[in-house]
Amino acid sequence: MKLSTPSSTGGATAASLTAQLSQSKHRFRERIIEIVLLSALLLTLITLVTLIVNLTTTGWPVLSERLGSFLSSGLDASNAKEAGVWQAIRGTLTLAIIVAIVAFPLGIASAIYLEEFAGNSLVTRIIRVNVRNLAGVPSIVYGILGLSLWVKFAGGFTGGRTVIAGGLTLAILVLPVVIITASEAIRAVPQSIREGAFGVGATQWETIRSHVLPSAAPGIFTGTVLALSRAAGEAAPLLLVGGITGLLRTGNLSLWEQITEGGFTSMPVAIFSYARQTGEEFREVTAAASLVLLFIVIVINGLAIWLRNRFEKKW
Amino acid sequence: MPFQLEALEVWYGEFRAVRDVSLTVNSQEITAFIGPSGCGKSTVLRCLNRMNDLIPTAKVNGTITYHGLDLYDSRVDAVEVRRRVGMVFQKPNPFPKSIYENLAFGARLNGVKKKAELDDIVESSLQRAALWDEVKSRLSASAMGLSGGQQQRLCIARCIAVEPDVILMDEPCSALDPIATARIEDLMQEIKKDFTIVIVTHNMQQAARVSDRTAFFTTEVNLESDRRTGVLVEYDQTARMFSEPKDERTENYITGRFG
Repeated sequence: MKLSTPSSTGGATAASLTAQLSQSKHRFRERIIEIVLLSALLLTLITLVTLIVNLTTTGWPVLSERLGSFLSSGLDASNAKEAGVWQAIRGTLTLAIIVAIVAFPLGIASAIYLEEFAGNSLVTRIIRVNVRNLAGVPSIVYGILGLSLWVKFAGGFTGGRTVIAGGLTLAILVLPVVIITASEAIRAVPQSIREGAFGVGATQWETIRSHVLPSAAPGIFTGTVLALSRAAGEAAPLLLVGGITGLLRTGNLSLWEQITEGGFTSMPVAIFSYARQTGEEFREVTAAASLVLLFIVIVINGLAIWLRNRFEKKW
Repeated sequence: MPFQLEALEVWYGEFRAVRDVSLTVNSQEITAFIGPSGCGKSTVLRCLNRMNDLIPTAKVNGTITYHGLDLYDSRVDAVEVRRRVGMVFQKPNPFPKSIYENLAFGARLNGVKKKAELDDIVESSLQRAALWDEVKSRLSASAMGLSGGQQQRLCIARCIAVEPDVILMDEPCSALDPIATARIEDLMQEIKKDFTIVIVTHNMQQAARVSDRTAFFTTEVNLESDRRTGVLVEYDQTARMFSEPKDERTENYITGRFG
């Protein structure tokens, strides 16, 4: 239908123009689409809220009655009254530190090489595709790799089924994620910035260090934090490389000996361990432990966002 | 003579972007490269500081000498070339840092470390780029907050801070309004006593206004592919080329019949 305007129709009445302009056909369709999109978002949010509410109500007896002893007791899947998450929290933090020390420098260095030095040959394209594939490899497969590489082959170095072997396994697991996100952040730096630096006679490394990395830093940082959260939440690979379920006795080993020789557990492993037990009391312990893990992950993410905002100067 | 080009041709992979360029760039002069889009003028400019090295498929045939030395000799370090032959780009591209840091970066590349010396270089570069009075009170502010014309003068100052011999300008005013353009053109006249300038421009009037010599490029249809190859048509003193062009194609271009 043609939209008539007063000038083109001359004699058209104001009433017919008003009728044409106020057709609600578009508005109705737009409204439907908006509602569909909003429903999708709400469905996601409801699921998340239900999960948290459910965990909180289930875990409430533990959290309200013995939060202190829950946070300070060790892993004990035989006695719900004694069960705690202290060793698991410590294990998860130790694993996170090892991942940060190993995977971040390796991943960022690899990304810099791929983006700034490697060029675009067939070989580098194959490498790029495969890094993406590696990010999609199921974590249990990394567990198998960790078992044969870090526990068996390099057992002399890692001490066998220790937190070091666990941390190195998780480091390999998140390495592709770090490389991919860092690559994307580096690629997003405008070429004009590089040209500006080259144009005044900077070397490639001077250009990267002074201009490319500072511009890419927030993106790189976000990627590393995502990787860290993922590492903190993995149970499967740790079960293969020696994460302890059931009961973890540290005896009178020193902190250093616990890291280099002793057994270890982590939050997801402890949750797995408690979830396997029967009885209402263990359901409560499991829910409480899950909330603690959620809290740890949120704290890690929050800390990272805070750090990023603190160090990122907007120009 | 800073540059002497002899039978230069540039290939991007299998595509010959420009051929048969022979010309001489004189010291303390402004040399303009003009011509329609795709005629290879920017390509030739980017050979002069080996910026084309950054494009993996680019290949240069023929010779370019810089003060008599073969610029593309395998012993020549492109980084050292670029410290002597600075570049200003089409779109102002200040670093996303403070005004001060934009200038100090180049000076530091030259090994200047002391704060007092850096301060001096920052001030004198901004003075010479006619930007000092506008920014002296906010040197630590972001360069991205400057207007387009100021950003482009900052980029020129950034070049000057490295104390180059030649400054290459790749359509430096195409993103600017007429007033900002006029200021850049004044600035070029100002600094040409210290630096040799080679400018690529789309704008014939600009070439006529600012340059001492002009090279006119055009494009030629290739029989073997549908892509056009650039070629140098005529190179002469600007006044002479615009008043009595030798080649018909030059005349057609400068009288506005094509391009």
